[in-house]
Amino acid sequence: MDELVGLRGIVKRFPGVVANDHVDFTLRRGEVHALLGENGAGKTTLMNILYGLYKPDEGGIYIKGKRVKLKSPRDAIELGIGMVHQNFRLIEGHTVLENIVLGARDLEFVIDSKRRGEEIRRIAENYGWKIDPEMKIWQLSAGEKQQVELLKILYRGADILILDEPTSVLTPQETRELFRALRRMASEGKGIIFITHKLNEVFEVSDRVTVMRKGRVVVTEKTTETTQEQLANYMVGRPVVFRPEIAEAVSGEEVARVIDLEALSDKGIPALRKVNLTIRSGEIVGIAGVSGNGQVELAEVMAGLRKATGGRVIIAGVDVTNKDPRKIIELGVAYIPPESIKWGIIPDMRIVDNLFLKAYRYHPYSNKLILNWRKIFEDSERLVRDFEVITPNIFNKARSLSGGNIQRLILARELSGIIGGGIPKLIVAAYPTKGLDVGATEFVHKTLLKYKKLGSGILFISEDLEEIMMLSDRIAVMLEGRITGILHRGETNIERLGLLMSKAVAEKR
Amino acid sequence: MIDWIESVLHITVQMGTLYLLASLGEIYAERSGILNLGLEGMMIMGAALSFIFTLAYGHFAAIIISIAAGILMSLVLAVMAIHMRLNQVVAGLAITMLGLGLSGFLAFPDIRKNILLSLNPALPEQALMTQEAPKLPEISIPLLSNIPIIGRAFFHHNVLVYVSYIAALVMWFILFKTRIGLSLRSVGEDPATADSLGVNVFLVRYLATVISGGFAGLAGAYLFIGFHPFWQEGMTAGKGFIALALVILSTWNPLRAVLGAYLFGGIDTVQYRLQLFGLGAQSPYFLAMLPYLITIITLILISFENLRKRIGVPKSLGIPYSREQD
Repeated sequence: MDELVGLRGIVKRFPGVVANDHVDFTLRRGEVHALLGENGAGKTTLMNILYGLYKPDEGGIYIKGKRVKLKSPRDAIELGIGMVHQNFRLIEGHTVLENIVLGARDLEFVIDSKRRGEEIRRIAENYGWKIDPEMKIWQLSAGEKQQVELLKILYRGADILILDEPTSVLTPQETRELFRALRRMASEGKGIIFITHKLNEVFEVSDRVTVMRKGRVVVTEKTTETTQEQLANYMVGRPVVFRPEIAEAVSGEEVARVIDLEALSDKGIPALRKVNLTIRSGEIVGIAGVSGNGQVELAEVMAGLRKATGGRVIIAGVDVTNKDPRKIIELGVAYIPPESIKWGIIPDMRIVDNLFLKAYRYHPYSNKLILNWRKIFEDSERLVRDFEVITPNIFNKARSLSGGNIQRLILARELSGIIGGGIPKLIVAAYPTKGLDVGATEFVHKTLLKYKKLGSGILFISEDLEEIMMLSDRIAVMLEGRITGILHRGETNIERLGLLMSKAVAEKR
Repeated sequence: MIDWIESVLHITVQMGTLYLLASLGEIYAERSGILNLGLEGMMIMGAALSFIFTLAYGHFAAIIISIAAGILMSLVLAVMAIHMRLNQVVAGLAITMLGLGLSGFLAFPDIRKNILLSLNPALPEQALMTQEAPKLPEISIPLLSNIPIIGRAFFHHNVLVYVSYIAALVMWFILFKTRIGLSLRSVGEDPATADSLGVNVFLVRYLATVISGGFAGLAGAYLFIGFHPFWQEGMTAGKGFIALALVILSTWNPLRAVLGAYLFGGIDTVQYRLQLFGLGAQSPYFLAMLPYLITIITLILISFENLRKRIGVPKSLGIPYSREQD
């Protein structure tokens, strides 16, 4: 039997939207099948149907040729389907072995750790993983944690594997290791569905690719018979500019400098250890690294949102270490926070309110006491237009906007010069494109490049190395709260970045 | 001198058993994520009921009723903490207050007399008025109790002490070596993940809470008929809270709880002994303070992130679980 999964004419409606509109999808034995699409294209809905989390309104699910009804993930698991979620579902305080056997149905009353440990080790070795079943999860790197997630599934004997954006937490080396393991699994006759929105990964690992847009399948093709540009067209529905025009960095005056900066994470452990960095006007400094290595803390300290426990932050020549965020804002710092829905907007307030969350207290929008609503409304209309925020009107709640439009709203508020009039001196952008679709990502890139040309200094944090390499004039790599290296445009490649991002370098020091 | 050491050790074990029984159950509750602060109240109810039921029906009935009372009270806590997702500290303290009040009420001479008469009308007048009840007999384990010094200290006790030895071993084994233990610990660490793997979070938490209640009731019975068979209102005197501290000191491990229990028991014993010699009479509070001091130091130590992970503080302790709030 060649076909592992057959989804025929799947329709799933949610109130107001059709998330899956007559979707057909097949997974064959021995293939890696990439499922590509923007956020909201219906990939996750489709996979949740296959995993038994949602019931389809119409259509049939065929597993290994048999039509099945999936009432819950239990049913899917019984049929040999396993899913690796984007966020690891591992119990941090338990050992690898305990995590893997917890879901095993035939688990004996007194757990035979020796036998189970051997079995786990054997499976791991088969894929070239060195995992000690007695290690605690918190002792493992992100890549190893993912291997444990895969082991959990493989241990149950699953042969249909769903991976939801598995590379987002990995270094390039770990990504390559994962791809090797996936190829090996495929060669053993398993079928792998690989959900992603990164085009290059499609070509690196998959045999076939299915592109979804707005709940429908646009195309299913052999990977070798298509190109990145073509796939991007299918995804977005129009041609996409991959390489925006990049202005030479004019090395202008210094707009920001951090000296020996130290700070603690939310958990109270050191997140920044003597970080030194300068940003000049008219340049983009990229911060690369696996997330959780101090990038967010750096951005927050610079924006005045986190206390520095050592070192100094100097912005536009002024020492602003541990100063009030308002003082920093008034110096011309724009801050694009990570997880914009959580930190960047107040979802239950109107779009216009969110646009003027910072500027409302300044002339001409207020005379210290009374807000000039007419001026605020006028300028809101203009901002929404200029920054291409798609909304019926400015009085809707910010919550009603899509992710891309929320980010446009934040860019409008932070960059448009409604605070102080000019362009921002420093833009601190933390993961500004994370989770955005191709169109919105393109807009963010375009906007940052525009402000670079206008003379802003930009700190640009991202996990996406392609994006960082494309936009940044210099790239600083962060690992465990330190900057492990700074590379200039032209001397960067994925290999070098990956090395700086990985522990091997840290241990040498 | 050897006699003195022997008797100090003997009482240390007697004292420690009280802490041990109470904390063993609490370890299970906390490992599953439920903080049972009703321990003190369940213990005092166990003590009061074992007083009454020993007089009425004898030791065995007293022990069973005490355990049942603990279970019943813990079920109330479980409903509040697990189903209604109330604040566990408030719910637990409420149970403790309830237990302290209710036990005083039930054992109040006039009330007690009526209860005793309705339980067993044939009781002699003297049994209706007494504040005392027969103590559990002490049993020597042949051979083992002949070992010099420690023989008598560990193997010449009443049956509940032996129960505590076995319980500590069995509960350690179940917690760390079996399927049930793995489910229990998973639920206390990360209920959402455990749920997604098919572990019944609610059932496991109910069971663990009930186990803690049963052991607390048993500890109360031990306090009265096994240790000090003379009723005084509020006779637990904060020992339930020392047992809670012991759970932390033992880092949620039944075998380490044995060591901690005898450490705390030893401190108590030495404190009384020194008073007999006139030492420390001026300040008996210093030694009485020690268990809490040790607990505070332990708490400070486990507040360090790295140590916390190594020790394995149950991550979801005190946090109610609901599927929708993911």
